[in-house]
Amino acid sequence: MEKKRPVNLDLGTIALPITSYVSILHRASGVIMFAAVAVLLWILESSLASEASFNELTNLFAHPICQVIVWGTLAALAYHSVAGMRHMIMDFGIGEDSFQAGRLSAWVALVLAAVVIALITSWVIL
Amino acid sequence: MITTVTSLGRSGLSDWLIQRVSAFVMTAYLFFIVGYLLANPELSYSQWADLNSSLPMRMFSLVTMLSIAAHAWIGMWCVLTDYVTVRLMGPKATAIRIFFQLGMIAIILLYVIWAIDILWGI
Repeated sequence: MEKKRPVNLDLGTIALPITSYVSILHRASGVIMFAAVAVLLWILESSLASEASFNELTNLFAHPICQVIVWGTLAALAYHSVAGMRHMIMDFGIGEDSFQAGRLSAWVALVLAAVVIALITSWVIL
Repeated sequence: MITTVTSLGRSGLSDWLIQRVSAFVMTAYLFFIVGYLLANPELSYSQWADLNSSLPMRMFSLVTMLSIAAHAWIGMWCVLTDYVTVRLMGPKATAIRIFFQLGMIAIILLYVIWAIDILWGI
């Protein structure tokens, strides 16, 4: 194979459609979730270890740094889940036959994820 | 470039199916937990511990953890074989990629052991 084939993958010079951004965010949120599993397991462990550690979680969730970590974890999980469900629906043959349908479902996924993340934000702050 | 040797199912079709089955299990678990927490806003420790120490819930949690393990393995494999490549990073890319993949597999195994320790330590 010719080794020096011309390749243009300079993302700065390519106008990407909305589906690309939804896909890139799906990957990024997936990589974040790989690390965030540790956060979820830590919460599960604290909630189950003892009554004292269970009650302590309420105090921890009031701490700003903990709030940022928990918010980031839940936001990545929400986005990744919504974008993943979009893929599953497309795998069953719904909305995968045209670029138009793909664009529409990409927007629906983005808006739905934004709504869920807004709900998470209000839950974390309150 | 040889990449299939570090994939989970050794075949793209197998990985594709595992990725979707595991996604379904995790989504079901997520909906169950969110629904349970919304239905029980004044959740007490004893109620939460009773739920999680019951055998069906332990099984559901463990199957979800194993789904996370398979899903993360396949997903991280996709990302690493796409970006940590000889074309993008030069001849050392394969060694770097194997290093990250082995580290990723080690972390996934630690997650699984941690989850078992939590679930059977209640």
